Amino acid sequence: MKQYLKNKNFRAGLLITGIMILAILIGLVWTPYDPNAMSGSEKLQGPSGAHLFGTDNFGRDIFSRVIQGAGATFLIAAAAVAIGLIVGLIVGGLTGFYGGVLDEVLMRIADSILAFPSILLALVMIAILGKGKYNIIIALGILFVPSFARIVRTEVAKQKNTDYVRNARLMGASNMRILFLHIMPNIIPVLLSSVAIGFNNAVLSEASMSYLGVGVQPPDPSLGRLLSEAQGYLFQAPWYAIFTGVAIILLILGFGLLADGMGGE
Amino acid sequence: MGDMLTVKDLRVTFLDNNKEALHGISFTMQEGERLGLVGESGSGKTVTAMAITGLIERSRVTVTGDVVFEGMDLHRCSRSQLRSIQGPGMGVVFQEPMNSLNPLIKVGYQVEETLRIHTKKTPEERRKLAIDALDRVGLPNPDEIYSKYPHQLSGGQRQRAMIAAAMVIHPKLLICDEPTTALDVSVQAKILKLLKELSDEYKVGILLISHDLLVVKQLCENVAVMYKGNIVEQGKTLDIFNAPKDEYTRQLMAAIPKRRRHE
Ligand SMILES: Nc1ncnc2c1ncn2[C@@H]1O[C@H](COP(=O)(O)OP(=O)(O)OP(=O)(O)O)[C@@H](O)[C@H]1O
Ligand SMILES: [Mg+2]
Repeated sequence: MKQYLKNKNFRAGLLITGIMILAILIGLVWTPYDPNAMSGSEKLQGPSGAHLFGTDNFGRDIFSRVIQGAGATFLIAAAAVAIGLIVGLIVGGLTGFYGGVLDEVLMRIADSILAFPSILLALVMIAILGKGKYNIIIALGILFVPSFARIVRTEVAKQKNTDYVRNARLMGASNMRILFLHIMPNIIPVLLSSVAIGFNNAVLSEASMSYLGVGVQPPDPSLGRLLSEAQGYLFQAPWYAIFTGVAIILLILGFGLLADGMGGE
Repeated sequence: MGDMLTVKDLRVTFLDNNKEALHGISFTMQEGERLGLVGESGSGKTVTAMAITGLIERSRVTVTGDVVFEGMDLHRCSRSQLRSIQGPGMGVVFQEPMNSLNPLIKVGYQVEETLRIHTKKTPEERRKLAIDALDRVGLPNPDEIYSKYPHQLSGGQRQRAMIAAAMVIHPKLLICDEPTTALDVSVQAKILKLLKELSDEYKVGILLISHDLLVVKQLCENVAVMYKGNIVEQGKTLDIFNAPKDEYTRQLMAAIPKRRRHE
């Protein structure tokens, strides 16, 4: 952590992500207006002191909606990454550690999944699972497994041959003990930047799918859904799309900078 | 005192390049004995150590011959039997003190590892034994070292910590593969002295692997000279020093610079 803090990009990412998370957390308990409260007299108003980001076609406060939507998108992305990470750790850990036929087979499967654009596969999965917030989480989570599994596998295979792992073995440590206690902690630094990158992919995928109408469904909020609502009023109320877009960009930028600062691509 | 370790006609062939690295070597070690294994690079010293410790991946080599440690046939016993002697039976110290300790785990935790795996001691007992071991290997402020990370220690300190990690459970045999090669000369001598003291105090046998006859002479009463996968000569260190019989041993002796002969 300390050496990361020396990196300018990491610090900038930390600042942006920190502000976003703070806003999201506050949004969980308090927003300036009820995000769903309509007001016939305040339709499609531009940004003002009363409505920081303006109002939408129902007179709802866009600032409140963006904060709420960002929170929902954040949770969806985090949950999807968590699923991908946990399953990826198990699959990649075991294949990297034991190698052999299972390793060959699983990694070929991972390769073929990774060969397709992930948004395409996500759409296929949604077609199978159905629309909705939880299905998005599951679909994205499953899609993230191969890339995490691959990274974990490579790192575990590397760690397996280190002197300290050999020493643990010579102390009579069991395979599971070696894998989870002596190897896993050492791959966390590498995983951190992949987690940040995965998070960004999840935010973008959620936004695209909800924008296309196959993702989060009303009345659930999300940034992607706000974007698809905003598109109908692009000319009457451009601030709707702009502020939603800015929220998406800030989320992605923050995590992108973090990933970059931690040595990811 | 009976035989602690018997190695008989040990042959090791690596399957990936079909190369026989050991051509049938034999030696025995008594309890508490200190045996040196010397030979040039590639002569098979590390492979011997790996075959004895059970580190060699059974799927990647063919091993014939016997390695019997305290009555247990190490190449035919089950993995869990093998694990049960790794630690309490034999401990291992390798050359490279930089990477021998896990960089993300505190030194104390790593020193306690064999106790955690093989005994039912409480955390307090383990902590006490670990700090005692760190103290015994001559580390200053052992309770501070206990909660440090490996990168906060010097090379010599790390090697001492490794010795503490192997010794904390009082094994019967300590296998040291080039334990001092990566250290500077003054530290080398101190580590060798420490190994000798520990061996006397706890009746630990030491198998010392080195390419340096003089290092072996400082620590071991017996020596086996390896050359290209064979043991070409073995016996009392002093006898071999005074009257080497094998041509290769003579070459090894001749390679020692004059000024070091009396170390
Ligand atoms: N994993 C391996 N696969 C194939 N051959 C190996 C392997 N490990 C060692 N060998 C071979 O076995 C022989 C003995 O190697 P070993 O490492 O035991 O030498 P050494 O005496 O320890 O040398 P050094 O002083 O350099 O450590 C070498 O010729 C080497 O090529
Ligand atoms: Mg060697």
